[in-house]
Amino acid sequence: MRVRTLAAAGSLLLLTGCGAADMTKQASPFANAHGSKSVTLSVQSWVGAQANVAVAQYLLEHELGYRVDTVQVDEVPAWDALSQGRVDAILEDWGHPEQEQRYVKDKKTITPGGGLGVTGHIGWFVPTYFAKQHPDVTNWKNLNKYASQLRTAESGGKGQLMDGSPSYVTNDKALVKNLKLDYQVVFAGSEAAQITQIRQFAKEKKPFLTYWYAPQWLFKKVPMTEVKLPPYKEGCDADPAKITCAYPHTPLQKYLNTDFAKSGGKAAAFLKKFKWTTEDQNEVSLMIADQKMTPEDAAKKWVDSHESTWKAWLS
Amino acid sequence: MATVTASTPRSLPTHLLRHRAVHKILLIALAAAVLVPLANAQWASGSWPAALTVDLTKPLGSASDWIIDNRDSHPLFLYFFGYLSNAVVISVHAVYVVLLGAGWAGVTALGALVAWRVAGLRLALGTAAAFLACGLLGMWVPTMQTLALMVVAVLASVLVGALLGLAAGLSPRMDKILRPVLDTMQVMPAYAYLLPVVLVFGMGVPAAVLATVVYAAPPMARLTALGLQGADKGVLEAVESLGTTARQRLLTARIPLARKELMLGLNQTIMMALSMAVIASVIGAGGLGDRVYQALASVDVGAALAAGIPIVLLAVVLDRVTGAAGAVDDSAEDAGRAAWAYALAGAVVVAVAGRLLGRLDWPDAWTLNIAEPVNRAVDWMTAHLYSGVPVIGGTADWAAHFTTWILDPVRDGLQALPWWSVLLVVATLSWLIGTWRTALTAVLAMAAIGVLGVWTPALDTLSQVLAAVAVTLVLGFATAVAAARSDRFDRMLRPVLDVFQTMPQFVYLIPVVALFGVGRAPAAAAAVVYALPAVVRITTQGLRQVDPAAMESSHSLGATSWQQLRQVQLPLARPALLLAVNQGVVLVLAVVVIGGLVGGGALGYDTVFGLAQGDLATGLVAGAAIVCLGLMLDRVTQPTERRTGKGA
Repeated sequence: MRVRTLAAAGSLLLLTGCGAADMTKQASPFANAHGSKSVTLSVQSWVGAQANVAVAQYLLEHELGYRVDTVQVDEVPAWDALSQGRVDAILEDWGHPEQEQRYVKDKKTITPGGGLGVTGHIGWFVPTYFAKQHPDVTNWKNLNKYASQLRTAESGGKGQLMDGSPSYVTNDKALVKNLKLDYQVVFAGSEAAQITQIRQFAKEKKPFLTYWYAPQWLFKKVPMTEVKLPPYKEGCDADPAKITCAYPHTPLQKYLNTDFAKSGGKAAAFLKKFKWTTEDQNEVSLMIADQKMTPEDAAKKWVDSHESTWKAWLS
Repeated sequence: MATVTASTPRSLPTHLLRHRAVHKILLIALAAAVLVPLANAQWASGSWPAALTVDLTKPLGSASDWIIDNRDSHPLFLYFFGYLSNAVVISVHAVYVVLLGAGWAGVTALGALVAWRVAGLRLALGTAAAFLACGLLGMWVPTMQTLALMVVAVLASVLVGALLGLAAGLSPRMDKILRPVLDTMQVMPAYAYLLPVVLVFGMGVPAAVLATVVYAAPPMARLTALGLQGADKGVLEAVESLGTTARQRLLTARIPLARKELMLGLNQTIMMALSMAVIASVIGAGGLGDRVYQALASVDVGAALAAGIPIVLLAVVLDRVTGAAGAVDDSAEDAGRAAWAYALAGAVVVAVAGRLLGRLDWPDAWTLNIAEPVNRAVDWMTAHLYSGVPVIGGTADWAAHFTTWILDPVRDGLQALPWWSVLLVVATLSWLIGTWRTALTAVLAMAAIGVLGVWTPALDTLSQVLAAVAVTLVLGFATAVAAARSDRFDRMLRPVLDVFQTMPQFVYLIPVVALFGVGRAPAAAAAVVYALPAVVRITTQGLRQVDPAAMESSHSLGATSWQQLRQVQLPLARPALLLAVNQGVVLVLAVVVIGGLVGGGALGYDTVFGLAQGDLATGLVAGAAIVCLGLMLDRVTQPTERRTGKGA
């Protein structure tokens, strides 16, 4: 132990020398352990993001000879980590105007990495088996009619609208209030809890109303139909307290740390070109989440059968 | 902790006590009669009056902005935090490289040999088995990452804790200053530490290590102080009479005499650090915690368990080894020096052999996939228990009943009470059980919640805590009575308690939701699972320590075993039962934030929200409110016996 401490202290002196210690230039202590070039990718908590990272990681490791570390962080802290160089890239961002203003435009520590090729959409969903029985539930105007069927112990006397992880963008509380709906927003607190609950409801063919988003692998397991909210118009979500419109369709974006984008060599070039479709992403997601394959195996399977797609990213 | 501090229970005649209680109640009633109409006239409202709140959103928001804007330019960050962060990165990296360099064979051998020297052959075999199991589960590299982080965090915590403890142990004034700080740190939820640390240090290992140090150092400080204060006066006087200097006395008498407490402190610190190492995965600590957390995202209980088991194994091994180290005699030390040398040499030989054979990384072919069978078992269980079980109904029905019949009425009742009456109840309860000082702390803590502007959600959380504590106590006391009566049951129970106490809570979030749905009921269930082991342990121990003579004589008087339990064992074990209640409350409160992840809402959700959105104002205020609730509940449930010796 003493030798170790001494060694640590020694290297500490050597590395820091005197002067300023810039925290933005620190990498993870677990990176580079085997002395190879390494890239750190941020994985967000949903499976779609795991699929992006799994495929990127597989190709970086097997085609370009990098060592890839992944860190799971929530969305907003991930921006922070990206600006400090703790992670090199975010592969799927759902739009964070405030952070974009701060880090991309003002501080220039983050560089846009282009589109992911996938379009994201948030909305309210009911299970398709319920929508088939009651086709008019898919319009928000009729939701109050069904409130009593969607009641749970947690929502009290009102219908339950289930929301998920606190890290996701949501206007649901304001929407329920402004559209005068007889519903209570119940926060599941994490996506894992939300998915587990949805699957339990589906197993029993019970009706439910939930905040959900596409692309998402769960649609393949539990078919859901979107409830139409008043249509989205540019700027209708400007005041979050007065909002009365649906969520927009967002082309998902990639972001790179500025230093990495400049000097990241082949890895940075590859990540900028990385672009696939919703179907591709869902294929990998489903392998991970439903067949319980490891992300690495799932990525390998996809890579083996889609050579033409990824060859273009490497050129 | 209090098993160590507990002094002899005072033996005041009961009529005198009752007399005093009546006095206190009369006094409070008098004070209430004067103050309540005043307060009511000034701020008539059911919930906490808006005029008495302070909005911290703006100052906290701008503080957070300032930190982000100045993080890479201000000297404070460049010359202080930067170095701190650098030091952590470099030390963790150094330990990690050494661990990887030693290879799996070397690390296993080293662990086993150290355990052999410290704690004997059986634990050595156990340690080796634990390390091999980590490899078998395919978790070798994450285990080493966690271990590297732990080594650095524990060393730092022990250093910081021992220094603080030394100061408190030698100077009564320092003790007075430090005690409330340490008290607060103990009830602060781990999650709340993460937020400010992340803001300053950014995501990653440095933040994780520092949060762990802050979380794990207090027990070391407390126990060090306790050990130094508790040193035998006779021995100290004898040493003093030999004409030693103060420093010699400290090094040769006081510290060696406090050895037992120091080892206990180390033990507690390691346990706390390990549990924090998992929670810190939320801010990018990597290692085993990160694997659990990632498995959670794909709703994969099996994979989460595969990463959770190594944590449990590490915890049990470290607990037993450090526990055994505390119990060892000093006299054996010298004879063991040669054996230590052999042990270390043996570990080096194995490591070199592993290296020469080219077997540094754990071979992929040797891994065992437990994820699938576990997932199948969980699916089966939840499919059959969730609903439609004949007669008793499914777990989902229980959860719904629990929510409608218990949680809702308690919450609505608490929220309907006028704010001053809540304060009054708190004051009465805490004064009856403690002194006017503890009562004042409790009332101020409760008032602080109102001032922070989170009165309503805090009462929601309080109702959940009360309900969960009630369930924990009923289950815990029943189990403990059974365990105290049957040695066999006790032996069977012990490993189960170990597992539940050390298993990262992330692992059982999904089964809990699968059984109880989303909402406050699963949050309560998770809290019960977490708090139950400690309550069972303390109660069992208390019941077992009841004087055998008293049991014998009651038996000879022809008491049935139920009468014996009710009239002899329970009254005599009263201090232990009170301690169990206290610990139950504190532990349930510690997982309020975890409850927020399964739909518990209120303060727990706000804390998670703050971290997820980088929203310092929401997260920190909710965290502070949880601390206040903790302080209040601790004072309301902590009998004065534990403090009388210290003049509080």
